[in-house]
Amino acid sequence: MALFIGVLVLAMAIIAILNKKLSIAVIAAGVVSLFASVLYLLMAAPDVAMTEAAIGSGLSTLIFFYVLNKIKRYNG
Amino acid sequence: MEYLQLGRISLIISFLLIIIGFWGILSQKNIIKIIVSFTILDTGINVLIVSLGYLKGRTAPIIDASVSQGPNHNVLNAIVDPVPQALVLTAIVIGFGVTALLLAYAMKLFKAKRTLEINQFNDLKW
Amino acid sequence: MVRNFLIGLVLASIGFIFFNLYNTYEPKTELNGIAAHYAAKGAEEIGAANIVTAIVVTYRGFDTMGEVTILFLTASIIGFFLKLSKKDEAKKIIHHGTSELLITSAQILVPIIFLFGVYVFMNGHLTPGGGFQGGAIIASGVALLIMANPNRQINHHAILWIESISGVSFVILGLLGIFLAGGFLDNRFLSLGTFGDLFSAGAIPLIYSFIGLKVGAEISNILNKYQKSQKES
Repeated sequence: MALFIGVLVLAMAIIAILNKKLSIAVIAAGVVSLFASVLYLLMAAPDVAMTEAAIGSGLSTLIFFYVLNKIKRYNG
Repeated sequence: MEYLQLGRISLIISFLLIIIGFWGILSQKNIIKIIVSFTILDTGINVLIVSLGYLKGRTAPIIDASVSQGPNHNVLNAIVDPVPQALVLTAIVIGFGVTALLLAYAMKLFKAKRTLEINQFNDLKW
Repeated sequence: MVRNFLIGLVLASIGFIFFNLYNTYEPKTELNGIAAHYAAKGAEEIGAANIVTAIVVTYRGFDTMGEVTILFLTASIIGFFLKLSKKDEAKKIIHHGTSELLITSAQILVPIIFLFGVYVFMNGHLTPGGGFQGGAIIASGVALLIMANPNRQINHHAILWIESISGVSFVILGLLGIFLAGGFLDNRFLSLGTFGDLFSAGAIPLIYSFIGLKVGAEISNILNKYQKSQKES
């Protein structure tokens, strides 16, 4: 279980770095946070898992998309 | 079998996440990609701290009937280390604040030069 | 080329350090000194079932206060950077309409999300959760509101007032701990009550509720600033 999540997290992190499209990179970083929160839950840290799921994968991704939208509007 | 314990696996995951985050920060040219790499580095460091506090076969640090009347009859043998969890809890919220601040800077820089390529910002270079 | 070589060198040295750390890593089998003290004495000293809450609010209360201050500073600096001119302030955000599904679900779900956030920080001393998680959940509700209607005005004054009042109350509760109990942010100036009740653990539910309101208001403030920055074109 943990091995599977670990492979997924690392694959998503590499996608986030290497992909040329910014929106895919931002979503991949959000998925890294989401699976990290599952990992926290497996490591008996429910408090940390709740915070990471709400802030790391929800709100951070949202503000990234606000900035991306703004840049897209300037460019075209 | 010893290498497939949860503690060791999460330690390796966190090390690799930190290395991937550093690689992204050093190699990317787009400011938004650098900030994305920064969030990955942040996640890696948090996973590292929590995995150092993990003890095999124990439950979350919440004292209820299942802990105090469990097979061990002792809190000390039933819960994982609570201190790293308390530290990471605040670190995640701070990480959100820092990410938001970096994005605000990035927006300001974009307004000034209409580009996000880091090589274009060479005003202080000599 | 030289650049890639240097990056590889830095990453290889970090990897070497981590490899050595991993090789000497021995999984712990017991709690170390301070964690053992918190685990053994936390329940009777503080009265909170959730030991993480006991550490965050009472034993390491100063860290939490500094953390909340840093978040406040961040929100202020973001507000300074994303400040709009008077002309842009009056504009509307141009968007292509939001889906019916999002609008209806926002109307139904947002009150429930707010209620769940309040539940999470009220029960922080008994169940997993607390001020930071509850505040983040409330801010998620605000995020759903502004996604369903991008032109929705969030009451800026209400956010500011909630933030200031809960921040001041948090510090006053901490100071009451100095005068009525053992030290700053000591929770024992109210009675500890029955272990496991909602109104137990002294002042922890009160302090954590104020932290939750403050964190929720601050994150909502940041989201509001980013929403307003979309007006400029």
